[in-house]
Amino acid sequence: MPETFIPSGTTDVADLVKWAAAEGKPLSLHGHRSKAGLGRPAQTEYALDISRLSGILDYEAAELVLTLRPGTLVSDVEKLLGASHQMLAFEPPDYGPLWGGPASRGTIGGAIGCNLAGPRRFKSGAIRDHLLGFAGVSGRGEIFKAGAKVVKNVTGYDLPKLVCGAYGTLVALTEVTVKVLPAPEKTRTVLVFGLDDARAIQALSAAATSPHEVAGLAHLPAGIAAQSGVGYVAKAGVSVTAIRIEGADVSVRARCEALRDLLGAFGQLEELHSMNSAWLWREIRDVAAFALPQDRVLWRLSVAPMNGPGVTAAIAAAEPDAQFFYDWAGGLVWLTLPPAQDAHAALVRGAVAAQGGGHATLFRADAATRAAVPVFQPQPEALAALSRRLKESFDPMNVLNPGRMVAGT
Amino acid sequence: MLMPAPEQDIIAQRLDLIAALRRIVPGEGVIADETSLRAFECDGLTAYRQLPLVAVLPSNVQQVSEVMKLCNARGVKIVPRGAGTSLSGGALPLADGVLLGLGKFNKVLDIDWDNRCAVVQPGVTNLGITRAVEHRGFYYAPDPSSQIACTIGGNVAENSGGVHCLKYGLTTNNILGVEMVLMNGDIVRLGGKHLDAEGYDLMGLICGSEGLLGVITEVTVRILPKPTTQRAVLAGFPTSESAGNCVARIIASGIIPGGMEMMDRPAIHAAEDFVHAGYPRDVEALLIIELDGPPAEVDDLLLRVKEIAERCGSVSLRVSQSEDERLAFWAGRKAAFPAVGRISPDYLCMDGTIPRKTLPLVLTRMGQLSEKHGLRVANVFHAGDGNLHPLILYDANNPGELERAEEFGADILRLCVEVGGVLTGEHGVGVEKRDLMPAMFSEADLAQQMRVKCAFDPNHRLNPGKVFPVLHRCAELGRMHVHKGQLAFPDLPRF
Repeated sequence: MPETFIPSGTTDVADLVKWAAAEGKPLSLHGHRSKAGLGRPAQTEYALDISRLSGILDYEAAELVLTLRPGTLVSDVEKLLGASHQMLAFEPPDYGPLWGGPASRGTIGGAIGCNLAGPRRFKSGAIRDHLLGFAGVSGRGEIFKAGAKVVKNVTGYDLPKLVCGAYGTLVALTEVTVKVLPAPEKTRTVLVFGLDDARAIQALSAAATSPHEVAGLAHLPAGIAAQSGVGYVAKAGVSVTAIRIEGADVSVRARCEALRDLLGAFGQLEELHSMNSAWLWREIRDVAAFALPQDRVLWRLSVAPMNGPGVTAAIAAAEPDAQFFYDWAGGLVWLTLPPAQDAHAALVRGAVAAQGGGHATLFRADAATRAAVPVFQPQPEALAALSRRLKESFDPMNVLNPGRMVAGT
Repeated sequence: MLMPAPEQDIIAQRLDLIAALRRIVPGEGVIADETSLRAFECDGLTAYRQLPLVAVLPSNVQQVSEVMKLCNARGVKIVPRGAGTSLSGGALPLADGVLLGLGKFNKVLDIDWDNRCAVVQPGVTNLGITRAVEHRGFYYAPDPSSQIACTIGGNVAENSGGVHCLKYGLTTNNILGVEMVLMNGDIVRLGGKHLDAEGYDLMGLICGSEGLLGVITEVTVRILPKPTTQRAVLAGFPTSESAGNCVARIIASGIIPGGMEMMDRPAIHAAEDFVHAGYPRDVEALLIIELDGPPAEVDDLLLRVKEIAERCGSVSLRVSQSEDERLAFWAGRKAAFPAVGRISPDYLCMDGTIPRKTLPLVLTRMGQLSEKHGLRVANVFHAGDGNLHPLILYDANNPGELERAEEFGADILRLCVEVGGVLTGEHGVGVEKRDLMPAMFSEADLAQQMRVKCAFDPNHRLNPGKVFPVLHRCAELGRMHVHKGQLAFPDLPRF
């Protein structure tokens, strides 16, 4: 285990990073380690624990902005916002249990580092679309800020985008400002039963193309649906295609009715009300179906929505033990496969490339596999070189989470 | 406004450079005569003009790459240009720079209905995208007021917004992929038809980078189904405070309108005199609140918005009863800039964003600044997201008045920063707000942004003189003073 520093203020972080850069001692950054299993395994002598850099600094519901410390628990943020009928619209997933950890331990800094997004992604964006500004410490040990604390800003480069999904390799964040939005009054879900994957994605496309403002589009093959904690879904005995509708009560009723008219031709329908809807979309969001068994490798694929079924068909043809389900109207595929030395990387990435492209992340595998197989989609050389120069522009001594994304940087 | 001193050795090689460019882009694609170059001498910030060294209009990505490679090798600067509608001087040419126009990239390449996206060349206009998809009930959401002319490539460079962006987002939230050419000629593709980047979010970084990081040669945009119903409320208020309060209460009640615009008295009068939209003249502030969605939702929201407006002291309240009436409500707002152009020979359009709650304070202080500088100001305001467009009225024929208008504008933007806001909400920094960057960013903040620039363009050849007030050499910015063995082991809690 690395020796772990637990700073409680920005200048502490700056002092530590300065020291690390001077001594050439790389640091692993983490909060409560709920997603420690995600990314390449980093081995450093020292670690920087940001979990004490926590708490709300400013929240004004009518301004739609929230400023807080990165170590704040996402679950605490959601409680706070809920009291004002607001939410983090990117619907941050709670992935801890995927690696056998407890639920509700993820921090907002971790959500930023991994660019988290839930089922509402295709409509409302990922955390990249909601991070307005930050202050932090670069790998040079310099305190700086970027972005702002208002919802509309184009002053200077959009560095907040860059720290989203950077896995802590560019900046140790010390303060972040996110956009918040009103929470929907009502949620309902229209279910369509018994569709094969290709037909299901067509149904989802029809819903997404309609003007009924859907806020969730998922398809669960029969084996996955059977594991749901929602009775209507688990007991269906066939595949379940789910379309979520949110908003004011009267509007939700009207849109559900319109959607039922639209989707009636696809198959038998059912409707979930608030409690069951919330439960089902939380399962989808957190990939609950694949929490166990943990020795199976887990892949997360982002593809053009209509290409989802083609990708899974190609993979299942070579590896019949593949299990998968679709979110984002087919554009997000969660896939598990039996353990293998290369985690089936060639098969998975080959299928994605052959079906119009996208990217495949090796989301869960043992450390040795994640050290040997590129966890993130390998980039063409020009892009990889640009990414290295960018990393160097923030962290020339390579002390912030080196190797977490790409070996050597 | 000081631009980097032209490099005489580059100007001396002009003829040779033109010949080399003609070998890459044959025929009329290289423009070198002064009369034709006049067309490029400025963008929407017309107060600044400069003839480029030469203009080149490539017609494919290989040509763009070759032009950039050539310029990179020779150390020649490049200024990229879309339609030239920037209000901040982002496309202002350089006397020693090649102007790279993307006007010939004007095709819609692919419309993928099922995946709800379109692949377009950067010279396609913003409205052109909507025109290409509207026959099947789709549209492209960001709608800057110049949308009839501005191009999607420019929208990416500036991260353009519009009146609907509180609900539907800016350009950065509505694109899926780009192809771009780096200063060294490398062609890179970011994203595609899928969501989110793997690796660093370079597409997010490119959006709003004002042509300093790369030249966009293709864009994949998301297209959305059009809302079935759109209706608007026109509400007049006796004070800007009561109007501001109404905006805050609408949002606090959980409503995000499709658009929510505010105008102050001078803007209302100018617009009404120009287009006769039926605006009330006896109010201090006017709100246009647009609600969109399924009919049932719009009906419900209209009731709630009306009730809030009345409770906030609205003295005149109208709800659009037809599509014509809705468009009439908007006609005045959309014509606000030309309307102000009618009552003043010239105007400067500012673009700060403020926390909405500070609006009354900002308007009061702006009134004081107006007196101090002896110039009138009219305000239009994207009220939902706090983006303020003060229009400063002046006459460039009166000696010194442009300078006074600019000083007034700078004071307004410093005020925006002082109350917790920013210098620019959607128009970009360009040359216009370049020298105000230190009002918002520290030296360390700016140094890190410039280091990012260095990762893309280590010799500052791409659109230099924009955004950053002082250009530091990349070697100097990258230098790090390492004190090995001299820094104390940090005295922090650890285990």
